[in-house]
Parts: sequence; structure tokens; C-alpha cells
Amino acid sequence: MTRIDHATRRRLWGAIGVFGTALCAGTAAVLLLLILGYVVRQGVGAIDVPFLTQVPHPVGVPGGGVANGIVGSLIIVGIATIVAIPIGVLTGIYLALFGRGKFPDLVRFMSDVLSGIPSIAIGLFAYTLLVQPFGHFSAVSAAFAFMVMMLPIIVRATEGAIDSVPNTVYESALALGSSTYASIIRAVLPAARPAIVTGLLLAIARVTGETAPLLFTAFGSQFWVLNPFRPMAELSLQIFTYALSPYESWHQQAWAGALLLILAVFMLNLIARLAFARRTGI
Amino acid sequence: MIVRGATGIFVLLITGLFIELFVNSLPSIRQFGLSFLWTSEWNPVTERFGALPFIYGTVVSSLIALALAAGVGILGAAFLAEFAPRYIAIPLGFLIELLAAVPSVVYGLWGLFALAPAMQHYIEPALQRYLGFLPIFAGPGYGVGLLTAAFILAIIIVPTIIAISRDLLQAVPSELREAMFALRATRWDAFKMAVLPYARPGIFGACILGLGRALGETIATTMVIGNRPAISMSLFAPSYTLSSVIANEFTEATTSVYLSALIELGLVLFLISVVVNSLARLLMRAVFGAVGRK
Repeated sequence: MTRIDHATRRRLWGAIGVFGTALCAGTAAVLLLLILGYVVRQGVGAIDVPFLTQVPHPVGVPGGGVANGIVGSLIIVGIATIVAIPIGVLTGIYLALFGRGKFPDLVRFMSDVLSGIPSIAIGLFAYTLLVQPFGHFSAVSAAFAFMVMMLPIIVRATEGAIDSVPNTVYESALALGSSTYASIIRAVLPAARPAIVTGLLLAIARVTGETAPLLFTAFGSQFWVLNPFRPMAELSLQIFTYALSPYESWHQQAWAGALLLILAVFMLNLIARLAFARRTGI
Repeated sequence: MIVRGATGIFVLLITGLFIELFVNSLPSIRQFGLSFLWTSEWNPVTERFGALPFIYGTVVSSLIALALAAGVGILGAAFLAEFAPRYIAIPLGFLIELLAAVPSVVYGLWGLFALAPAMQHYIEPALQRYLGFLPIFAGPGYGVGLLTAAFILAIIIVPTIIAISRDLLQAVPSELREAMFALRATRWDAFKMAVLPYARPGIFGACILGLGRALGETIATTMVIGNRPAISMSLFAPSYTLSSVIANEFTEATTSVYLSALIELGLVLFLISVVVNSLARLLMRAVFGAVGRK
């Protein structure tokens, strides 16, 4: 038996430890590829023109698609984004510019905690506020729930973006004679814009594919509905319903829908990072 | 001041969330009081409602998920932050962030059609053969059940734990590593003895944040946990969580007490998440704060 000296033994243990960490990181990546591969294999065959352009057919009638769900997703996420941008960005500006003291710290803390509140609880909030009083489900109540979920991401992204703009930008604008507000709007915000856009896209990606709050807000629909005050179809909701149905053809469509959803979310993530990387050079 | 107005709306929304849930739970709170939390009968016909089976299912599935995910997540983060060369760490990190972006309904779909059959035919029989003497691995495996839900939840929270732990490890001052190298420590020793202890409270926070995500996860759990309100020793048995019973029964709730009981389940879930997330944020702030980040 050969004796291994202390330094060699430590190097050996170090190599084993590093290999272990690589294995763990690899496991997570392999899981993603495994799930992705499975969804692509199951779903790619069912994506065709009728799937993308038709509304669902009744059970037993072959064919049909999820066009109403795709449009519904766009409408609901669109309304949520339009309302969330001003509230989120302005709150972020407030935190960045007047962010010292007890109250701003409290707002920050509440925002962080809100980002961890389960989406289904936020859905209940939307239900009691916007469904119960009106007596029927609606797309706007779903958009409200999504907006609440997007806000913490936009708020913190905006604050971080403005914080990372050098103070000299703001001071130079002041020195050239602009007012406080003109300096913020004309000088600081443009410099912070790429990072804010990144946060916004990540917020959109976060709610795209979110299903739980829709169950009792948008509710779903088998028909073309464009009126946001009515129950509306939504892609992820259709996937959920189809997956739990007993029909093989609906399972097929659920896989195809899942593939569409993954593509949409990955595109959003990719664009978010590219938009950020181009300006900051990361 | 328009920015103050927006902040006011933001704060109003968050407090409104709590108030609405609380007010709408009142009929149920008045009728059942605190016994709601520890009775286990859930019967819409007789209007007897107790939340215990759902609290049990939520907490147990999430804790198992955390136990499965924490080790992989922390060590994976260590690889990305400490050991991997840049040309591996950046693409691999991006891949894992994409894993975090996959919608939960897709995880549910995969869990239902790919994982559940595999659990039923291979994993559960194997566990039963070798560990069946433990009551948690006794009884028949159905594929859908508490253990399958915990597996899916673990996959869902691993990327969260990796991403945050990586950021925390990267925020550790490099003087600590350099001091260790000066003592002829290997990179592994430096990580184990200097970097990890420094980041430990924050990494603990990242795990708690992952736990919070698992507690609130709805759609994926609903699809694979089996949806039966019963407490069973066996992890193979179907179970139920707070969020999945709301998802399944809310639109079918016919009476106002039934509806109120479901909203009270949401309130319980909300309060659990607030406690868990506050704890996580405080722990993470301890590490980020120490190196001068918000």
C-alpha cells in the first residue's frame, strides 16, 4: 500500500468535490433538455394550420384548434402589461429617487414578499374584486391578476436600472438648467431604458403560461370572444383542461399547445437578455 | 407628485389583497373558528369544512421537494459560480434560467404523462421492494400521489435555488478566496471553508424562497398529486394541497359558506407565504447587505 501525502489527498478530494458540483449543475440542465425533448416529440406533429387558425371543435368532431386561446392570451397579457407599466415604472422611479427612509423600505419589502405570493391567492383577490360584484367571469379580471403579479418584477427592475445610471448623468442635466423632472425624463430614464425593458419582458414571460388564477377569472371559452368583459379562452388554460380530459385527440392538442407556450416564453427570455446585453456589453 | 400616486396604488393593491381575502373568509372564520385549521373533514354536503388534509399535503410535498432540490441546487450553483470556466458557466446558467421559465402547466403535463407512469411502473415498485419496511413506502403505488408531486415540485424549484445561490456566491468578496489560496488551499477547500460559510445565511434564504415557490405551486401539483383529501402515512398515496383544492372546487362551490371556506384556504396559503418569504428575504439581505448590495 502506497502512502498518499496530505497535499495529494486534498487535491484528490477537491477534484471529487468539483466533479460532484458539475454533476449537480449538469443534472438540472439534462432535466430541462429531457422535458423539452419530450414536449417537442409529442407536440410537433399536432401543430398545423387548422390548429393555429380554428377554434375548438366539440368532443368527437376531429380537428379544431386553439386560435381563440392564443388570441385570448395576447389580449389578457396585453391589458395587464398596459396597466402594469405606468404603475410599476413610476413606483420604481419613486424608490430609486426618494428611496431612503422607513416607508420606501417598507414598499421594497412588500414588493419582494408580493413576488412570492402564490398566483392562486392573487386570482382569489381578482375574483372577489372584479368577478363577484359583476356576476360573471371576464378577461379583465384575469388581466388584473396578471398585472398584480407583474408589478413587483417591474418595480424592482426599474429601481435597479435607475440606480445603475451614474449620478453624473442626472447632475449634468441639472447643470445644463433642466428642472428635476426634465432631468429624470430626458436624461436618466433613456439611460436606464434597456434594463427596464429587460425587466418588463421578464415580467411578461412570468405571467405568460400562468394558469392558476385564470380558472376563476378568465374561466375559458370554446368560442371566439374578443370582448374583454366576457369569459375568454386562454392557451395555458386550454392545455390544462385538455390534459385532464379523457380524449386522446385533446391530449395531442395539449402537447402542441405546451410546445407553443414554451416557444413563446423562451423567445421572450431570449429577447430580454439580448436587449440587455447589446447596450451593456455583457 | 405622480410617482407618489403610483406608489400609493401599488401599496393599496398589496394591502387590498390581504383585506379582500380576510373579509371574504369571515363567514367561514365565524362558523368554524380556529378548528378549521386542525379538523380534517371536508364535506360540502353537510357543510363541514376542515383544512388539515390540505395543509398536510401542501407542507409535506413542499418539504420533500426542498429536501430533494436543496443539495443539487446549492452544489450546482457552486459549480457555476466557483469552478466552471466562463465558456461553460454562461451557457449552462442560461439553460438553467430557461428551466425556471418553463410554465408550470407544461411541468404538469410532463408529470402526468411521462413521470407518473414511470413512477408507477419502475420507481415506486423499486422503492417498495427495498425500503417497503418503512411505512412511508408502504402500500400500492398509483403513479399519481404525494411523492410524484414532490418530484415535480423539486424540478420546479431547483432553478430558483441555483440562480439565487449563484448570485450570492458571486457576491462573496474575492479577498476571502485569495486569503485561502495564500494558505495553499485548493479551490474546493476555499469554497468549503471560506466562501460557503460566508454565504450560508443567504443560501438558506434561497432554499426557503424555493420552499415558498413549492408551497404556492398550483397547476403542476393539481395534475399529479391525485386530489384526495386524506392524510396517509404512505408517500405513494394520493393527497391534496391548499392550492389544488381551490383550483378544483372553486367554480363548483354552490353555497356561500363553501365559497368562504375555499377563500379561507387561500388566506391560510397567503399567510404561510408571507411568513416564509419574509424570512427568506431577511436572510438573503443579511448576505447581500454585508457586501453593499440592496
